[in-house]
Amino acid sequence: MNAARLWRIAAPLAVGAVLLAIWQAIVRAEDIPSYILPGPLLIAETLWEDGSSLLGSLMVTLRITLAALAAAAILGGGIALLFSLSRVLALSLFPYAVILQVTPIVAIAPLIIIWVQEPFLALLVCAWIVAFFPVVANTTVGLNSADRNLLALFRLYGASQAQTLRYLKLPTALPYFLAGLRISGGLALIGAVVAEFVAGTGGAETGLAFRILEAGYRLAIPRLFAALFLLSVTGIVIYLVLDTLSRLLLRHWHESAIEEGEE
Amino acid sequence: MRGIGKRFGSGIAALEAIDLDIGRGEFLSLLGPSGCGKTTLLRIIAGLSEPSTGVRRLALTTERGGQIASGRIGFVFQDPTLMPWNTVLDNVLLPFRITGRVGRAERERVAMEINAVGLAGFERAYPRQLSGGMRMRVSIARALVTDPDLLLLDEPFAALDEITRMALNDDLLRLWDNHRPTVVFVTHSVFESVYLSTRIAVMTRRPGRIVADLPVDLPQPRERTLRTTPSYGAICAAISNQLAAAMVEERSR
Repeated sequence: MNAARLWRIAAPLAVGAVLLAIWQAIVRAEDIPSYILPGPLLIAETLWEDGSSLLGSLMVTLRITLAALAAAAILGGGIALLFSLSRVLALSLFPYAVILQVTPIVAIAPLIIIWVQEPFLALLVCAWIVAFFPVVANTTVGLNSADRNLLALFRLYGASQAQTLRYLKLPTALPYFLAGLRISGGLALIGAVVAEFVAGTGGAETGLAFRILEAGYRLAIPRLFAALFLLSVTGIVIYLVLDTLSRLLLRHWHESAIEEGEE
Repeated sequence: MRGIGKRFGSGIAALEAIDLDIGRGEFLSLLGPSGCGKTTLLRIIAGLSEPSTGVRRLALTTERGGQIASGRIGFVFQDPTLMPWNTVLDNVLLPFRITGRVGRAERERVAMEINAVGLAGFERAYPRQLSGGMRMRVSIARALVTDPDLLLLDEPFAALDEITRMALNDDLLRLWDNHRPTVVFVTHSVFESVYLSTRIAVMTRRPGRIVADLPVDLPQPRERTLRTTPSYGAICAAISNQLAAAMVEERSR
């Protein structure tokens, strides 16, 4: 590991440690009650004690998030593919994708929860609506970004539409798709949490968002912070996994995946 | 080709009344200033673009019902136009992938062609790892791998430095000598066109026309020393004069 890389990890960690120390010092010095602002040490303690029950809730939320992300990748990619194959389809349907994207999920989630009886599926649909758009929008741009001269070359050699798609358009679109997916990863988590908030106790199993609500009502603020911490960590892990996936897939050729000074 | 004309949607006449017969095995250069329609003409020859007027006929060995069998035409663009996600090997293999035959014979052919353009050992490299000149060699290998009857080159060396350009000129001549395809080479360099071609069509713009069609009577095969001979200089001077006269006439209209 070289010095630059070490810095990239050590510097943010050091800043975090200093901020936590200041936080702890203020809480102790001002004697702030834990139901208003608990110190980091108390939060860590709560996380340790309630860890197993919170972890169970995290799994519920994570399942919804990952299912929504997978659906966003597959359906989003599929929709973009359909758009690229048929201009009429793209022109007539794209505005509705935008409408679905700009309508606040909080506003339509109650409807979805009424319509879709199965709770898991209802939450999944909500999270998917939030997450699918970046994949569709990015992949559509990617599929239309194939090099014009390469397209001419494919025509010259008499390539079929399927061949042009497979050898030219799909590889061109891959970096765009992955960039969309990275945004969708965070959005899927947000979508899952928002949907759980709206659903409240409607769900048979209780996810992390519901635990946050519950902790708020009971003024169990340290537990609220502990749940919040788990959500943040989940979001970061999802991002890192998708980022690594993107780097692995593009490492040979795309500028975004090439480390500085590697040449 | 007879009476080829091309008008773009904007109403600009890019080409006007072009008559051109290209003989089998000829190395023809289309020489002219930028904006004279050289590239447009080349795309019409390739069938990538339809002329607004006139007819284009190709007598290629495997032409059937007006459709040219794929792989009979090779095209090299101004940029290497490689697929960055594929290795050198896969880039050169592309024409076979599209025509649906990738067997042992095709793989051997690809290896041979990569060798012929001097890139043996770089089969597994990605385009971004190569220099501009090397990328252009890959592009040429891809165009030649199907043994085309007609090789079309659109200012392939314009973006390269002079040393690389001269080396690639010699390579191109050597490869042409091996396969002897018909070559149409677009350039705006007088010296390059005289060095490479057996015939030069001088073009001028607004609208794009062929103002002179001259044979290049220089010994074959061309050697580097040719560049300093008086006969080479004389032909370069003659072509330059044609070009200058055409430009003066254009300005006076």
